[in-house]
Amino acid sequence: MRHHQAEWRGSPIAPACNPRFLERQCRKESITVGQTLILTGTQAAALAAKLCRVQVVAAYPITPQSKIPEVLSEYVEKGELQAEFVRVESEHSAMGVCISASIVGARVFTATAANGLAYMHEQLHWAAGARLPIVMPVTNRGLGAPWTILNDMQDTIAQRDTGWMQFYCMNNQEVLDQVILAYKVAEQLMIPTMVCFDGFRLSHTMMPVTVPSQEEVDAFLPPYRPLYTITAETPVNINPVVMTDPLPDPEGNLCPSYMGFRYRLQESFDQAAPVIAVAGREYGERFGRSYEDCLYRYKTEDADFLFVTMGSLASEASETTDLLREEGVNAGVIGLRVFRPFPVQELVKSIRKARNIAVIEKAISYGYEGALNTELKAALFSCNGHRPAVFNYIVGLGGKDVKPADLLEAAHDTIRSAENKTVQKHARWLGYGV
Amino acid sequence: MSTAILDLPEQEFILPGTRTCAGCGLPIAYRYMLKALGPKTIMTHPACCLTILHGIYPKTPVAINAVNNTFASTAASASGLAAGLKALGREDYTVLAMAGDGGTYDMGIQALSGAAERETNFIYVCYDNEAYMNTGVQRSSATPSGAITTTTPVVPKRQPKKDFIRIMEAHHLPYLATTCSSYPGDLYNKFMKARDIKGTRFIHLAVPCPTGWGYPTGDTVKIGRLAVETGVVVLYEMEQEVLTLTGKSLSMARSGRKRPVDEYLKLQGRFRKMSAGQIEDFQRQVDERWEQLLKRAGF
Ligand SMILES: Cc1ncc(C[n+]2csc(CCOP(=O)(O)OP(=O)(O)O)c2C)c(N)n1
Ligand code: SF4
Ligand SMILES: [Mg+2]
Repeated sequence: MRHHQAEWRGSPIAPACNPRFLERQCRKESITVGQTLILTGTQAAALAAKLCRVQVVAAYPITPQSKIPEVLSEYVEKGELQAEFVRVESEHSAMGVCISASIVGARVFTATAANGLAYMHEQLHWAAGARLPIVMPVTNRGLGAPWTILNDMQDTIAQRDTGWMQFYCMNNQEVLDQVILAYKVAEQLMIPTMVCFDGFRLSHTMMPVTVPSQEEVDAFLPPYRPLYTITAETPVNINPVVMTDPLPDPEGNLCPSYMGFRYRLQESFDQAAPVIAVAGREYGERFGRSYEDCLYRYKTEDADFLFVTMGSLASEASETTDLLREEGVNAGVIGLRVFRPFPVQELVKSIRKARNIAVIEKAISYGYEGALNTELKAALFSCNGHRPAVFNYIVGLGGKDVKPADLLEAAHDTIRSAENKTVQKHARWLGYGV
Repeated sequence: MSTAILDLPEQEFILPGTRTCAGCGLPIAYRYMLKALGPKTIMTHPACCLTILHGIYPKTPVAINAVNNTFASTAASASGLAAGLKALGREDYTVLAMAGDGGTYDMGIQALSGAAERETNFIYVCYDNEAYMNTGVQRSSATPSGAITTTTPVVPKRQPKKDFIRIMEAHHLPYLATTCSSYPGDLYNKFMKARDIKGTRFIHLAVPCPTGWGYPTGDTVKIGRLAVETGVVVLYEMEQEVLTLTGKSLSMARSGRKRPVDEYLKLQGRFRKMSAGQIEDFQRQVDERWEQLLKRAGF
C-alpha cells in the first residue's frame, strides 16, 4: 500500500509501517476594485484576514496588535466570518493552535508583536519546519527590558532565522494588500509568512485604504488546498523524529533525512522570489497596485546617494530625499518590502549607480550592527563588482521619533565620510539623547 | 465494572515495532486506549517516551493519525486540531492529546489549563511515569518524595508529588478519571466513556517504567497492581464532578483491605534510600488521600 501523499517531502510524514498488516486489519471505515475606507493598520490587517476567509484564528492580545483579535472576534461573533476563534492563553499556544489547525488543512491566522513574538520563538521554527502556510501580521514593537510598547523592528528582525518569509509594509494599504498576497504566496511555497508593520505608526494611524470586494479576493485567492488530507485509512505520523541519514519507507524508497528536509525549506526559499513577483504582478493586474517589485523605489533612477531601509521609515526617507534634492544631492530611497527571502539580485541591481548608501534601521544585532546593513554588504560582496560606501544608522528604537533632521544628518554624514574616505567602525546611533 | 479482556475489540492500532524499553507500561496502556477510541482518532503528543513509541521517520507502528508538537503545547495543539477539524466539518474525529507527567504537570500546565477553561473538545491523557524519562530520569513535580532521580541523585526528592488531579478538578470538567496500565478493563471502560462525552476530558494514567523506577522488566504489571493495591494510585472517575471509585479500588473500599506501601516501595530501586521514617511519612500521605477519596466516594 503506497501512501497516497508520499511525493510530499516538505515535512516528514511517516505512514504507519507494515502496510500489509494494516490493510488486513482496517475494515474500511468511511471516514469592489474596491471601496476606500479610512482604516488603522490593525483594522486593515483584520479586514484582510476576513477577506481571505481564514478558517481558524488564534490570537493573544499585546499592544499594539490587540485591535486585530478584537476586530476579528467581532466579525466571528456577528457571523460575518465563518471561523473558529480560539481565545488562547498565550502566544506560544496561539502558534500551537495555528500549527495544528493548519496541519489538518485549515487556513489559519494569528497576529502578535514584541514579547509575544519572542514567546512564540520555538513555535516559529516548528511552523516553518512543518511547512505550514500560516500568515501572521506583526505590529513591530521594541522588546523589553526595559519595557516599551512603542515601535522598532527588533522583534521581527530577531526572528529572521526561523524559516519564515518576512514582508514589510510602508502604509496601511500595503498591510491589507500584503496579508492577502502572503496567503497566495505562502500556500504555493508552503512557507509561513510574517507581514510586519510599524506599531503605532501604522497600527494606530488612520489612512485611506482601498478595499477590494470579497468576490475579487476570492478570485485571486481560492480556498486553501492542503497537500495532504488526514484520513483514518492511511494513518500517518506527522513531524516525528527524523534521523541524520535517509531511511527507507516500508516499500524500500529512501526518504529524506533531517538535513534533507531542511535543505528543501531553503530550496523553496531560493525559488520564492519569482513566485512572490508573479503573485505581486497578478495582484496589480486585478487590484491596480502591483507588488511585482520586492523593493519600494523613490527617485532611484539618477540617485548618487541612497537610503536603504524598511517599513514606514521608507516614507520618512522619501520626504528627506526631497529636502536633499533641494540641496542639490541626487538622493533616492530603496525600501525592502521583502526581507526574507532576501532580495540579493534586485537590491544589488537597484543600487548599482549609487556611490553612497545610508542603511537606516530600527533594530540591531548587538555586538555588531544592523542586520540589513550586514546583509546589504554581503549581497554586494557576493555580486562582486560595484563597491559603494555603506554607512549604518540605528534610529527610532522604542518609538523614538525619527526626524527629517536625523535622516539629513545620516545622509550628510555618509557623503562627508565617503569623501574623506573614512570607514565606519561602528553603526552610528542617532537620536538616543543621553 | 471492567470489560473482560476477551470482550475487547480485536483490531490493533499498535503494530509491531514500537521503540519503548522492554517492559514499558506505556504501550500496554496505549494499546487498550486506542482499542476504545478506534481508528477515527487523531492524537497529538510532545517530546516524551511516547515520541519514541511512535517510531522514527519514515515508519510508525501506530495505526492512528498522530501529530508531534512542542513540549509546552500539547493542549494548544489539541485545541488547533479540534478547531481545524470543526472548521472543515470533520468533527467525526476524536481528538486525543497525550503527554507525560513532565509535559503536563510542569511545562504543559498553562496550555492545558487554558484549553480546559475554554471547554475545548478533546481527551487529554497524562501518562504518569513520575519523572522526565525521555531525557534520562530527571525529577518532575510528579516524582514522589523519596525517589532517586538523576537530578536528585544523592538526596532523594524531598517534596511530595503535586496533586495535579485536584488542579484538573478545579476546571469543572465533564469527565475526569484515573487509571493504570495494569488494569486494561478499567482503562478501556474509561476511554469508552470519555469518547462519548463532549468537552475537555482528563484522564490520569499511571504507567510503571522499569528503566526509571529500577525493577525487572517482567514486573511492570505487578508493580502497577501494587500501586493500586497499596492505595498509591487510586482508580476513580468523576462525571459532572461526582466521584466514583472503580475496579480494584472500589473492591478495596468495600473490603477495607489495603496493602502497606512498603510492599510497593521495596521492589523499586528508586526508593532504595528511603529511611523507615520516610516510608512512614509516605504511608501517612497515602492513607490520608485514601481516606479523603473514600469519603468523597461516599464510603
Ligand atoms: C522546550 C523544551 N524543553 C526541554 C525539552 C527536553 N525534553 C524532551 S522530553 C522531556 C521530558 C519528558 O518527560 P515527560 O513529559 O514526563 O515524559 P516521559 O519522557 O517521562 O515519558 C524533556 C525535558 C524539550 N523537548 N522542549
Ligand atoms: S524510559 Fe520508561 S517510560 Fe520511557 S520507554 Fe523506557 S520504560 Fe517506557
Ligand atoms: Mg514522565
